Formats: sequence, C-alpha cells, structure tokens
Amino acid sequence: MTQKVAITAQNVVKAFGQGAAAVRALDDVSVDIATGEFFTLLGPSGCGKTTLLRLIAGFEMPTAGKILIDGADVTDKPPNRRPVNTVFQSYALFPHLTVAENIGFGLKMQGRPKAEVAATTTEMLALVKLDAMADRKTSQLSGGQQQRVALARALAPRPKVLLLDEPLSALDLKLRKEMQVELKRLQTETGITFIFVTHDQEEALTMSDRIAVMSAGRIQQIGAPRDIYTRPVNRFVASFIGETNFLPVTATPQGARLSTGDVIAAEGEGSVLIVRPEQLRLGPPGLGAGLAAKVTNVVYFGTDIHVNLSLADDTLLTARVPSPVDGGADFATGQAVAVTFQPGAARLIRE
Amino acid sequence: MSPAEQSQRKRSTRNGWLLSAPALTLLFLAASGPLLIVLVYSFLTPGQYGNVIWDFSFDGWIGILYTRDIFDGTMNLADAHLTIFWRSVKLSLMTTALTFALGFPTAWFIATRPPAQRAMWLFLITIPFWTNLLIRTFAINEVIRNEGLMNTVLTGIGLISEPIRLINTDTAVFIGMAYVYLPLMVLPLFAAIDRFDMKLLEAGYDLYASRLQVLRHVIMPIVKPGIVAGSILVFVPSLGAYVTPRVLGGGKNMMIGNFIELQFGQGRNWPLGAALSMALLLIVMAALLVYVRASTKGSNPHG
Repeated sequence: MTQKVAITAQNVVKAFGQGAAAVRALDDVSVDIATGEFFTLLGPSGCGKTTLLRLIAGFEMPTAGKILIDGADVTDKPPNRRPVNTVFQSYALFPHLTVAENIGFGLKMQGRPKAEVAATTTEMLALVKLDAMADRKTSQLSGGQQQRVALARALAPRPKVLLLDEPLSALDLKLRKEMQVELKRLQTETGITFIFVTHDQEEALTMSDRIAVMSAGRIQQIGAPRDIYTRPVNRFVASFIGETNFLPVTATPQGARLSTGDVIAAEGEGSVLIVRPEQLRLGPPGLGAGLAAKVTNVVYFGTDIHVNLSLADDTLLTARVPSPVDGGADFATGQAVAVTFQPGAARLIRE
Repeated sequence: MSPAEQSQRKRSTRNGWLLSAPALTLLFLAASGPLLIVLVYSFLTPGQYGNVIWDFSFDGWIGILYTRDIFDGTMNLADAHLTIFWRSVKLSLMTTALTFALGFPTAWFIATRPPAQRAMWLFLITIPFWTNLLIRTFAINEVIRNEGLMNTVLTGIGLISEPIRLINTDTAVFIGMAYVYLPLMVLPLFAAIDRFDMKLLEAGYDLYASRLQVLRHVIMPIVKPGIVAGSILVFVPSLGAYVTPRVLGGGKNMMIGNFIELQFGQGRNWPLGAALSMALLLIVMAALLVYVRASTKGSNPHG
C-alpha cells in the first residue's frame, strides 16, 4: 500500500477469562487502515468488532499482538496517551458540564491555553451546527443533538483517528440517515481517519471507503463496499451482507451444474453458487432459456416485490423484481416462470 | 377559568390541606413543639434545684460565652466554653474528613462489585447498627485503653515498651466518632457512585485526562450530591455527639453534647442548657447553609 498507514493491528489476540474457560474475542487479527480512510468494522454482535475498537482506543490490552498508530507502537500506552478519540455508543457525555465544556474537555485536559480551547470549541460547535446550544446542559438535548456533541467532543482535540462505536444505533431511522450524511461530511471536511463499528450492513455499504467483515473474532474479508457485495469470499460474508441465494453445484468443464441438471457459467471456484435476488430475471416459461421454476409465494415490499420460487427439484430461490405498475408484470402463486441470471451475476464460493 | 373550574379548584385545595392535616399536626407536635419549649426555657431563670423560675432573663444566652465571677459578679469571657465549642467543631470536621477518606474507596469498591454481591457488602456495612451505640463505644474503649487489647498486643510483641495513651484524649474521641459514623458516609456515597455511569471514566481517559484528572474533573463533580449528603449525615450528629466523647474522652474532653447534659444535670442551669441547645442548632444550620451554597455554586454556574 502506497498510502500512509494510520492504524496497524498485528496478529492481535484478545482472550477474556482464564485457562480453558477463556473466550477468544479476537483471534489473530491483522489489518492496516490508511490515513484519511473511512473504515468500517462490520459484523454481528459478539464478532469482536467492538473489542478491536477498544484495543485501538486503549481501553483493553491485547493478549498478544501489537497496535501501531502512525507507525508508533502504542500497545502499552493508556488511552489518555493515544492520539485517538472515541464516540461512544451511549455518547457518555459529562452530565455536569455544558455542551461547550464537554467539547472543550479534551483540550483542557491536554493543557492547551484557554483562548485556544475557546476558539476550537466555537469552531466545533459550528461544525456540528450546535452554536445556539453552547450553554445548555447535555441532558436538555435531544438524542440527535447529544450525538453531535459527542462527535464534536471527540473531534475537538484533532485526533489522528476517530473511533466510532455504533454511534447511530440509538437514533430513529430518519435521524440515522441524516447523521450518516453528516458523518461522511465531517470526515471529508476534517480529513481525519474514521474507524466505524456497526452491525448494520446498509450503513456500512453507504458510508465506508473500505469494510472489514468480522465473525467469530476473525476478519472474514476486507474490501471496498462493491467488492464485498459483489465478490464475497465465503458463505458468511455473502449471507451477512445483503440477501443471497445459495445453490449447491458440482463443477463441470462447461460450468457449474445445478442439482436440476442445468449448467450455469459462473466465476470463482467452490461448490456453492451464489446469486443476489435482484440479479434474477423472471420470464415466460418454455422459451428455451432459463431454469424452469414455479412461484410459491409473492411478498410486496413497496419499491419491489420478492418472488419466492421453487425449481424442478424443489430447490428454493428468491427473486427481487421491481414493483409492478398497472398492467406491468405481476406474479401469482403457482405460476410457472423461467429464471435467468444477469450476466456475471452468478459466482462460486467455497462452503 | 370558568366558575365551575374555580370552585373545583378551591375544593381540591381545601381537601389537600385536610388530607395533610394529620402529618402537619404530628410535625408540629413532634418537631416544632419541643423546640418551642426549649426556646422558651432558654429565656427563663434557673431555679435552685434544677427547675426553672418563670422570670424572663437573657442570662442563659449570655452564659454561652460569658461566666459571672462568683465573688465580684463581673462578666468574663468563658475560655472553657470556647474550648468546648472549638473542640466540637474541630473533631466533627476531622471526623467528616476521615470518614470521607475511608468511605469513598469503600463505597467505590461496593458500587463496582457485580450486582449480586453488592447487597452482601451493604449488609456488612450496616451490621454495626445492630449493636447498641453505647456497647460499641465501650468495645472501642476496651481496644484502646491503656491495658486494652491494642496496648497489650503491641507491648507483648515488643513493638512498644510504654502503652500508647489514647483513652481520654481528643484522638480517642476522633477515632471513636469516625468508627461510629463511617456507615453514614458510605451509604449515601454508594448511592451516588452506584448511579455514576462508568462509561464516563473511559470518556475521560479517552479525552487525555490522567487518573487523577478523571477523579477531579469527572467523578467528584458528579458524585458531589452523595459527598454533601454523607458529610451532613456525619458532621451534624458528630457536632452533637454525647456518648462517644463521654466514654472515650473522659470528663475533661467534653463536647457540646456533654456540656449541654451537664447543665441539665449537675450544673442545674436549664436555661443555659436550653440556650446551648439552640446555639448548637444555629451552628448546624449555619454550617449546612455554608456547605450547601459552596457545593451548589461550583456545579451550576448558569443556574
């Protein structure tokens, strides 16, 4: 990688508990995060993503391995000696301080001159659009406003890396969408490296430069959102990010042969064929092309409909097609259809 | 507001007073009543045999600070009284400080245990309350007196050759009061620390605060209500302590409580005793006012 590296984790292991009862929250994790990157740790709860974030922040010490920030080994340093700041899931705002005092806290603790603390606080208040709230207590703010204070407080000391621990999970859907845009804007404006932890795959896909998908204490795949979505390396990644049809296949020189006997051209190698529901096309049956299938169920989602299908040998598939407008293609249970794949949509993965 | 609403409102106000009447009556009889009697007695003349003569007099109040010379009848500043006041305030402040120094780590320890264990620790803290105060104070006496447990053991292992003379000193009273009032400090501190969001510690460390700075700028301001409550609960009864200075301080190291008792007993000066009681009440109120004002000022500059 030619870019400057902000954070390096080298073979990090974190075990909780002792001896045989020890649980490995992180199992030999190595990752380089580039300066200025919006990097997301994505995974289900208990996958180790928050543990990795806490190790970078310094709240936990690794059982083995090293953490480097800007090339300097900080493995043994306490949180107050690391140039990173955290936005906590619960915000953890200081209830005895005003909004402005909260934002200035880090700078004050660093012993910066009063004038600088005041100037930076004002600047941060403007950045998160809370100018009018400077003298309020944090308990008088709404959830979204508290979120902004937490962001401003963590950004004020100009950390090399900003760590965000599921910061949007407490907000309602509309506010969450707004804050996603807001976060992206703040990241672009400040140029600070963001490490963002979330279990929400949509959030990860829309905001990140790169995503690390984690499961069971290991990083399963690292890549840009498009790579991860279109070329998942294993079943876990394919099923965690978006919806996927999994079809068992046997490799033949002509392509992957389904259990129905149909042969499909697919990239990659392995014994499972994956195809996203939106990559399926449903046509009238009996024209030669496509797999013969029967509609078992239709679910209406507003923007599109999910058509559940069963192939000749009872293998189940789901297709996602645009909602029918009046007179457009609609499907009824029991209807016979021919299923075709978009070119390049089918991929093979190992089990 | 419509007439109907007005009359309903009046009715509910009247009902409210009617409902609280029993409580108000009890409050008056149990709290204000006795206080009024004490106040009235402080302005009467002492009788020959410890009773009062119903003649109005300021002598009780004057007697707080001055003594009348038996021979020529002149008024002199009563040094002995001032010493007693000063000792009471000093020992109470020291007791409050020591119970805080011991109680804060204790309360922190309990509040950071797993929830299932906390009840057990709190239970242990309250165990001393099961035994009568007098008995507990005599137990301390047994430990620290010249031929007591502490001195016997220390001389026995050869650490000291002379017994440490603790009993009948201010230090003995100080130790005794700190022991007796420690739970009163721990419990409100625990309640405050228990509500403290431990995530704020991480937020503090994360924002470049050292451990000491986190203690000073995050923990202390937030648990301050608990510190204030604990300090008041310890300081107020310390100031009026009677049993502890009596048993551990001997006759010479009197505190206000013992001095008041003296007036109703051997002193046979009920008006002075009553005036002293009222003075103690005023000192406590003044101390509380100062404390509460000082502690709310820092925390809420905009309020």
